[in-house]
Amino acid sequence: MAITTAQSPFRTDPLTGLRIDLAAQALVKTNAVLAVVFLLVGGLAGLLVALTRWPAVHLLPADLFYMALTAHGLVALVVWIVFFEMAVIYFCATSLLSCRLAAPKWAWAQVVLMTIGTAITTVAVLQGESSVMFSAYVPLAAAPHFYLGIILFAVGALIGCFVFWGTLVIAKEEKTYEGSLPLTVYGCMIAVVIAVFTLATGAIILIPAFLWSLGLIKSVDPMMYRVIFWGFGHSSQQINVVAHITIWYTVAGLAFGAKPMSEKVSRTAFLLYICFLQLGSTHHLLSDPGLSASWKIVNTSYMMYLAVLASLIHGLTVPGSIEVAQRRNGLNNGLFEWLRKCPWGNPVFSSTILSIIIFGFIGGISGVVMSVEQINMIIHNTIYVPGHFHATVAGGTTLAFMGLTYYLIPVLFQRQLIMKPLAAIQPWLFGGGMTVFGVALMGAGTLGVPRRHQDMTFAGQALSYDYGGMNQLLMAVGEIGGVVSVVGGAIFILVVVGSILMGEPVPANAKCIVAPPADAGGHKKIGMGGLEAPGTFVLALTLFVCLVLYYFVNFKYLATLWPMN
Amino acid sequence: MGYSFTVPDKNWAREPIERTEILWIVIAGSWCLFMFCWMIAWHWIGNQNMNTEAYKTFPDVYAKKTEDFTKQYTVRQDASDPSLPVVAPPPGSDVYIAGSIFQWRPVLELQKGKSYRLHISSLDYVHGFSLQPENINFQAYPGYEQVITVTPNKAGTYGIVCNDYCGLGHHTMLGRIYVKE
Repeated sequence: MAITTAQSPFRTDPLTGLRIDLAAQALVKTNAVLAVVFLLVGGLAGLLVALTRWPAVHLLPADLFYMALTAHGLVALVVWIVFFEMAVIYFCATSLLSCRLAAPKWAWAQVVLMTIGTAITTVAVLQGESSVMFSAYVPLAAAPHFYLGIILFAVGALIGCFVFWGTLVIAKEEKTYEGSLPLTVYGCMIAVVIAVFTLATGAIILIPAFLWSLGLIKSVDPMMYRVIFWGFGHSSQQINVVAHITIWYTVAGLAFGAKPMSEKVSRTAFLLYICFLQLGSTHHLLSDPGLSASWKIVNTSYMMYLAVLASLIHGLTVPGSIEVAQRRNGLNNGLFEWLRKCPWGNPVFSSTILSIIIFGFIGGISGVVMSVEQINMIIHNTIYVPGHFHATVAGGTTLAFMGLTYYLIPVLFQRQLIMKPLAAIQPWLFGGGMTVFGVALMGAGTLGVPRRHQDMTFAGQALSYDYGGMNQLLMAVGEIGGVVSVVGGAIFILVVVGSILMGEPVPANAKCIVAPPADAGGHKKIGMGGLEAPGTFVLALTLFVCLVLYYFVNFKYLATLWPMN
Repeated sequence: MGYSFTVPDKNWAREPIERTEILWIVIAGSWCLFMFCWMIAWHWIGNQNMNTEAYKTFPDVYAKKTEDFTKQYTVRQDASDPSLPVVAPPPGSDVYIAGSIFQWRPVLELQKGKSYRLHISSLDYVHGFSLQPENINFQAYPGYEQVITVTPNKAGTYGIVCNDYCGLGHHTMLGRIYVKE
């Protein structure tokens, strides 16, 4: 095997005891900083969107609104997140396996290609000829460089995936660890497998769209485009799900000394993602012509809901592992002492737990219900959809990434956080805002308000349709939630950038910030009623009851509609 | 011993699973199975299902069909927009509606409790057919014709909104269906 044995220099981090490859560290820092820069861009575009869809403000005219919405979708949904994921996979593959990064030069090519790609597409959008939304359904045409930028970005990300794989090969080859991969690295590996599928699918459909925009091919079938596009568009969100669940597990260990309740269960659940999560791309096609019912049912249910089962398992095992750790550390009274005495003011923890709650209770429940073949008819393309995916992507993924960032600034940048009180309330502002946003928009969507729409009042239209005061109110409340979470996002950026530039250096004799393992000499007999994590079990049952009720409420509503077949 | 981010014990695959997890997997797994069966069952026990009848077509062919249909059954011009014909097809017949920037044409007048074969397609871009306040939503493509048998069960004036982005005038794209007693 053509692996060079040249050793990059390492440093041992005093805060975590990790052996960190300096070449990898530079790449992790660069990717993370670029991610935060693009979060700023995406967040500002999001603010403009929110201030336009807030009926009383109605800020932007149509052309600028659709431009801002296209930019927000691309930058906040894809660019910020994928840059951050590159930082995460490089960090996990190297530092957690004490391994050097494979091919740092290729990793820099990833950074450069993704940055150039983002710049090109952003310019295309700002030029105003490419307000085609993130999804860019043909035959709606964008400027050629709109597609080119996304393709370059995807190629860059694909290179990052292969650098990750290469690093795993080196670690195995050089025996930097013994036995199985740590669960965190295993989770990253699952995310990368899904990412390769996703990015390849993106290339398969965006390259023809690019050639079509240049006039080199005559047409791209609009239905084929949508089917394949969502293999990229939806799957990119599945990468995020795997990435943020991996971070949940990691933070549970870092903050509480928790270990997974059962490696076997958690790893099997991750494996279910590889097998079935991608089928969820069908969710976008349930109201489309010509696809058979059995095809829709098998795919939309992720093959009998096996990927949903995996998410439900992670939703129990992560807080469950925290509960077990807390109980072993002595907080064994009642159902919820362990939860009450969690460090709620620590942004690393609060980001993570809010991410779990928002992703599970809002994003998860709505996702399962809206992806039912028939229920989809009353939700498809309404503002319910953004309500759902802000709960998963912003409340779930972005918030989890924020929590990990707070933890890693002292480790990677060797700077202490500044403005800690502000950092302590930040996850609550961002998560709280996104909760209100998600729930209100889901309400308005259930009542029919469309997504991607500049004027729900249809001012001046002959056939004007009146959505009514309730919907105006729901949109106002939701967008106020959106503005609050933009404030939360701004505080995050302020704290992160401020800490990197002006934070006190971490002192040489700093103590380790990894919680000691909770099962070493702790209480052996824990829990209630024969369960080690009874509190989590009760919380999981609460989620279960909410899901069941909400599921049937939607069917009840569906049953009142015009009969159709 | 160990964290999620350290190498697991050698015999991790043989460690017993704790009872909380087993119980939850059984509950969650059963519910997953139920949801799967329920979605299939709704095709028999429910009255709201997507039809899978669809045809490949061409925008100009579909435009012609819609035009012929409109000429055949026009009863008046719409009061809100006199440029729009209101079409009242007989119950049970094929009804055509076409989306194009930025209008759903023609305006339909249907009878409550009667069934119609509603054809939906687009003449240019991808549109979203969104019937309000029922909140029934379909995707409309150029080149594909979707047929859904609908039975309006409430009288009233319904709006058709476009809810998939189709260009800078997207938010002005509307249509209408009247349902008579």
